[in-house]
Amino acid sequence: MTDTYTSRPPTLIDKIIAETPGKASNLYACLQCGTCAGSCPSGPDMDHSPRSLFAMIDSGMEDQVLMSNTPWYCVSCYYCMVRCPQEIPITDIMYTLKRMAIEAGHFKEIDKDKAPEFSETFMDLVENNGRSFELGVVMRHHLRYHPISAVKLATGMGLKMITKGRMDFTPSKIKNLPQLKAILKKAKELGGVA
Amino acid sequence: MKYGYYPGCSMEKNARSYHTSTLAVAKPLGIELIEIDDWNCCGATEYIAINKVPAYALVSRNLALAADQGDSKNLVAPCSACYLNLKKADHCLQENAELKEKVDISLDAGGLSYDPGSINVQHLLETLSVDIGLDAIKAQVKKPLHNLKVAPYYGCLVPRPGTMESFDDPEHPISMDKILAVLGATVVDFPLKAQCCGGHMTQISEDTALELIRRLLKNAADNEADLIATLCPMCQLNLDAYQDAVNSHFGTNFKIPIVYFTQLMGLAFNIPADELGFGKEIVSTKSALSKITDEAPKPKRSRERGKKNASLPMPIMAEEG
Repeated sequence: MTDTYTSRPPTLIDKIIAETPGKASNLYACLQCGTCAGSCPSGPDMDHSPRSLFAMIDSGMEDQVLMSNTPWYCVSCYYCMVRCPQEIPITDIMYTLKRMAIEAGHFKEIDKDKAPEFSETFMDLVENNGRSFELGVVMRHHLRYHPISAVKLATGMGLKMITKGRMDFTPSKIKNLPQLKAILKKAKELGGVA
Repeated sequence: MKYGYYPGCSMEKNARSYHTSTLAVAKPLGIELIEIDDWNCCGATEYIAINKVPAYALVSRNLALAADQGDSKNLVAPCSACYLNLKKADHCLQENAELKEKVDISLDAGGLSYDPGSINVQHLLETLSVDIGLDAIKAQVKKPLHNLKVAPYYGCLVPRPGTMESFDDPEHPISMDKILAVLGATVVDFPLKAQCCGGHMTQISEDTALELIRRLLKNAADNEADLIATLCPMCQLNLDAYQDAVNSHFGTNFKIPIVYFTQLMGLAFNIPADELGFGKEIVSTKSALSKITDEAPKPKRSRERGKKNASLPMPIMAEEG
């Protein structure tokens, strides 16, 4: 990958932009205006506001960026994205940062390591069934990583959902699972880092 | 009118009432929903966090199946996340040649192919408000929802598909407001109508999620809503199933039923409640629905300014010339 703006070797910001679909190169033009931070519903719980994180990215602080809990607290609501005056695809950049953090093995060090685990439990189910079974995903996630909260969940909200007939225990499977598996296997081979 | 239909995983069990009410109201409106055969999960907001190319390939299999089965160019998704993922994948494949090439090779491994742009992904709200239109909906209203105060809740992903064009305003959407008004309901102000319900944060950081849910419930309660109408299985789940948790966490006492807007459409169309999936919600809708009356509420008189000359004092301008 060569940078079209300068002849320097790719830095953190270049790598992130290359791995993000859409007009991610707008990140070079971040004004540091803070509209993203002001619009973010989960901002107060983040280690760094999106604005701070972009300043850190621009400064090449790779380890600190990938260890930040910020991308994992992104609720994917796209508020920042529709408001950003520079049209930076912020939500997509957060997804890229999640993938890069997993790749770098940093997420295990993140205090809030529940998020990658949840995504992985979800993904395992989809890969093996073709469909997710929503609250079943939640239950499995808790049983696998947080058995105590699984008990709490099963006796509280879970029980109500079962009574209302809204909770599954067995996933529904698609018919042509081999086809989906072949597609995903090939996609993973081509995927590279992200 | 024929439409491809992508229900999505939530509709199979958790949001079954959204599925049944969607089918029930589609019929009288002349919408023929043809389910895509053997569709798979869209990956929600999880798959893309792990691996990019497989995430897009996963969604593209659905687009390829929809195009192959060829029932309609239009594909309707009632779930916000499914809608966004399908629409976004189609959009990104058109914009990003490298991604498209990788997805093409992946689909080919399963004997499929997809030409981006050949499927028009719509959210159900878009189908109803744009394609079908308010007049056609109004024509089906047999039992208006008079005196029912509804807070229209859109959540994030339907009004705001990021950099793509949306059928409604990304921050102040009104298409569901208009439908609810046509049904005879009283649509209350709901300033947080397009704010986030917390999504999957209930599983990752419950405190973060509960605060987001609390804000929405409080905003609806402050505006005296009898219930909240939603268009997304995730929003319904968070606001309904976590309402108890919000109450015990914050010491509040919210009891606001959360229903799908299609369920309200069905009621107004005089379709029996049990065919619309009522009863599946955790917070009971009974007392809210009992507020519906046969008589329309008297229109509120516009705030009078009092007697004449009660307008704001204006500076007296010197006459020109």
